[in-house]
Parts: sequence; structure tokens; C-alpha cells
Amino acid sequence: MTGVLDAHLVVQRDTGFRLDIEVSIAAGEVVALLGPNGAGKTTALRALAGLTPLTDGRIRVGGDVLDDPAARAWTPPEDRPAGVVFQDYMLFPHLSVLDNVAFGPRSRGAGRSEARALAADWLSRVGLSEYARRKPRQLSGGQAQRVALARALVGDPALLLLDEPLAALDARTRLDTRAELHRHLSEHPGATLLVTHDPLDALVLADRLVIVEDGAVVQQGDAATITARPRTDYVARLVGLNLYRGPAADRVVRVNGDFALTVAEPIDGDVFVAFPPAAVAVHSHRPDGSPRNTWPATIAGIQRHGDNLRVQLDGPITAAADITPTAAAQLRLAPGQQVWAAVKATETLAYPATPRG
Amino acid sequence: MTPTRRQTRARVPLPLLLPAGLGLVFLVLPLVGLVVRAPWTTLPERLTEPGVLTALRLSLLTATLATVLCLLLGVPLAWLLARITFPGRRLVRALVTVPLVLPPVVGGVALLLVFGRRGLVGSWLDSTFGISLPFTTAGVVVAEAFVAMPFLVIAVEGALRGTDTRYEEAAATLGAGRWTTFRRVTLPLVAPGVAAGTVLCWARALGEFGATITFAGNFPGRTQTMPLAVYLALETDLQAAIVLSLILLIVSVGILAGLRGRWIA
Repeated sequence: MTGVLDAHLVVQRDTGFRLDIEVSIAAGEVVALLGPNGAGKTTALRALAGLTPLTDGRIRVGGDVLDDPAARAWTPPEDRPAGVVFQDYMLFPHLSVLDNVAFGPRSRGAGRSEARALAADWLSRVGLSEYARRKPRQLSGGQAQRVALARALVGDPALLLLDEPLAALDARTRLDTRAELHRHLSEHPGATLLVTHDPLDALVLADRLVIVEDGAVVQQGDAATITARPRTDYVARLVGLNLYRGPAADRVVRVNGDFALTVAEPIDGDVFVAFPPAAVAVHSHRPDGSPRNTWPATIAGIQRHGDNLRVQLDGPITAAADITPTAAAQLRLAPGQQVWAAVKATETLAYPATPRG
Repeated sequence: MTPTRRQTRARVPLPLLLPAGLGLVFLVLPLVGLVVRAPWTTLPERLTEPGVLTALRLSLLTATLATVLCLLLGVPLAWLLARITFPGRRLVRALVTVPLVLPPVVGGVALLLVFGRRGLVGSWLDSTFGISLPFTTAGVVVAEAFVAMPFLVIAVEGALRGTDTRYEEAAATLGAGRWTTFRRVTLPLVAPGVAAGTVLCWARALGEFGATITFAGNFPGRTQTMPLAVYLALETDLQAAIVLSLILLIVSVGILAGLRGRWIA
């Protein structure tokens, strides 16, 4: 794996917030930095672009050190091989679409006609040739996003940085633009870092996910691993799983103090147990028979969730359960009601809590 | 919807409506008086009097040159105050606004002390280049610029603070250095603010009296601008003073109205 980006980003704020993450991205790879608001994702992107100075650490792109506070090395943003798609795009309102895209080549020394030719080429790649003479305010959100992408990509930057590229779009435009963005990102030969708080954007667009919470990486890996084996409550909520942690002995995991969850495979040590809300059955009376895990629960809330209802359960452990509207009607479910919850051991997944390697 | 609108209109409280109306009358009445008392019948011949045209030409010339000087120095100063964090920035900002509150006559005295023939800078200018500013047309420009520049700096700095600095960051990530970014992004974005500041600055320069008469004197054709001519005429010929005032009023209102639709919100 030839790494294009190799960075250890440390930014200490006066407010006490500290970002400390390591990111490496290979050529052609798309990495999503996923995390809740205030986790430090945008700070990381700004540090890579040279807009926020590092307190410590180092940024290397293609072997060149761009930022290394310890060695007093710093490259200003205009000299970095990075293209940035900003949140809200920040297209220059006084320039035409064509001149917005031509701005980069012009600044980097190309003549006017050469820069415009390059820009026209990129506009046709994003399918906006006929909008070249328009002003940014005459574009729809989706079109503005594509212009911003063209503007960032026009110099073939080694590093492409995208800050919440789809957050400003409505749901319908988002779907089309996401697909189109996916195509462009997979064609980009350089390294791509995508900052988002939307798990769907991350799952669709990225080859690898880096989850950031409170300025630190809490989990990283490909989409399949992260969706199956979340390591924090935040990730579990993102991928829609119930997640618990506790010591395991043989097939029993003690979570939340002393609640015993029986799992499918024997496991020992500090472990996570995850199961989907659809695996949780809700009964009005204590069920007999096969499910090994049953507990009394109180309904804390009921919400629509796709075609089903998602029921929040309080009790010895909190859990979410998905049930059909028919079943809910039969059980006459209502907040505050006492019920029994059940999960089969075979529907749970237990995995070690201490990350390997 | 109509009833609601009628209600809000009816609800303007008297303690606000009354002083507001009085204020408007107070501002407009003197101008009306000027128009009413103008010697309309003899106006054409009075306008063509050589002294009037000379003073008007000098006023327009010096106010425009002073405005250009203010733009060249004031816009970069506003940028510095709005974009660069440096120790003592608050103090510098306060100093910039001093000419705004300083009585113009005091400004004229201060200018004499610095640019006068024996002044700190003036003696050096005189000995090195043989340039002497006081009591010259150039001195008028300097006096007007001194008084008018704060208007421009404050307007442009406000416009700069109001623009999203992320545009400038976007320009930087696209390879533009600070100067290119200023030229191609910042300046076009604050153009309306610069235009508004320019108009304010020009109007202030056109009306400048105290600093001009103190620093540049009152020589017809050389340093006697319209406000000075008005003041002088008032001593001898009231009708002439009214005519000169009327011209100043028309020029000011005309410029303001002409620019209003285009640049000033």
C-alpha cells in the first residue's frame, strides 16, 4: 500500500478541546471521518488543508512534510497539493461558474485561456458545461455541489478534502448527488478524505471509515466490520444495533452490573455484545421455551421506523426492539407499559472489547 | 392580513411618532429654506460668475483627489484592522477614529505642526524635495483626506468584518496567496461597502471647512473651496452665499441619488 497521506494531527484548543488522531490514506482510497458534531472532524480537515495550525504531530503528503511543529516546518494552504470542497461550497459569488473553476489554475500560474480551458473540461466532466456563464446564486444546491467538486479537482490534487459535501442538500437531491459524487471519488487517483456526520454518506462513499469522538479515533475499518461490530454507543446507534459491554465467561456476559446475557459462542474476557432491534421480541407475559435471554422491561417510547415500530425498552438493560404494527396492536403497546423482552442467544454477536493489533 | 397591517400602523406610539416627525422637519426645513430664499431670477448670471465656477471646480477636484488618497491608504488599513491580529489593534482602531471626533480646526492646527514649513515632516519635505504643503491646493487635499479617511476606513472595515472569511480560505486552498486573494476575492466581495465608504468620504471631503482654512488658508483659485467661499460670501453678499450653498446642496444630493440605486443599499 503506497500511502499518499500520512498524518498525525494534534490540535490543542484554548477551550480545552484536544484533537489527536492519526490518518493514513493510500492512493485512490476514500476514507470517511465519521463522528458526531463537535468531535473534531472539521478541525482535522482544516489542519490538513493548512487553515488551522497543528499544535503537534506531522502531516506528510507524497513524502513531503507539509506540517511539523516540532521541526518548525509549515506549508501555507496555497502551496499544499490539496483540493477542498467546503461545507456550503463557498463558491465565489462575484465570479461565473467557469471562473470559479478556473480560479485554481489561474492562481497557480496558468494563463487566462489555459485556465478556462481546463475549467471547461472539468465542468463537462460534472455535466455542467451549459452553466459555465451563470453566477453561483443561479445554481441549484446539487449543481453548486458539483461546481465545488470540479473547482477542488481541477488541479488534480494529491489530496482531496470534502467537508460534509452533501449536508446542505435536500433528501431527494442528496440521493442523486451522492451517486454522482461516488463516481467522481472512485475515479480520483489521489487520496480522498471525507468528513461527515451521516453514516449513509460514509458507507456509500468511503472505502474505509474512521470514527472520531471527542477528538480521538474510537474505531476504524471497512463498512462491514464497523456495521457488524460497533465499539461505542455512538457507532452502535449509527448502525442501529443494541450494544453492551462486560466480562464474559463461557457463554454468559455480565452487562450493566449483573445482568446475564447468554451468547451463541463461548468467549472470555472483556467483550462487546451486539444484536439488532429486530432480534428483540416483545411479549405481554413471560415467554416459555427456546429464547435464552428474557427480562422484564418498561416501554419508554415508541417511534415509527420504516414499516415497523421501534420500541425503546427500559429495565435491567436498555434496548431497542423493532416490531410490526400488527404485533403492536395485538399487544396494545403504550409508553409506561410492563412487558417481557426476549432475545435468542443465536441472534447475538459477542467480540473482544480490546482492539487487536 | 389587511386588518393586522392596519393594527400595526395604528399602534405607532405617540411618544415615538411625535419626536420622529419633529426630527424629520428639523432635518428638512433648513434645506427648504435654502431653496425658498434662493435668488432664482438672477441665478443664471450668478452661476457664471468666475469666482463661483473656480471654487466649484477646485472643490470637486480636491474632494476627488482626497478620496483617491483615502482609498489608496484607507482600504489597506481597513483590511489590516479587520483581518490581522496584532498587539495594540484596539488602540490603532481607536486612533483611526480620532479625526472623526476631533474638531476639524484642531486637525488643521495639528497638520500645520507636522506638515508646516517648520513641522516634523514638513521641514524634511521642504529641504529634501522643496515641497511645501501649507496654503497650496495639495494642502487642501491633505486636510480633506485627514478629516474624511476615518469614514472610509470604518465603512470598509465593517464590510470586511461582515464577509465570510471562508471565501478567503477557499481562495487559499486554490493556490491564491494573500495579495491575489485580496485582489480577486476580498475586494470584489466588499465592493458595496467600499462604494458606500467612498461616497461618505467624498461627501465629507467636499464639505470640509475647518481643517482646510487652518492648514491651507483661503486663497481664491488655489485653496478657496466652496465651503470657504460660502463663509466668505456670507460676510459681504448673502445672495451669493445662498447660491453657493444651493450648488453644494444640489451636487451632494445629486451624487448621492446617482449612486444610491447602484451600490448603496
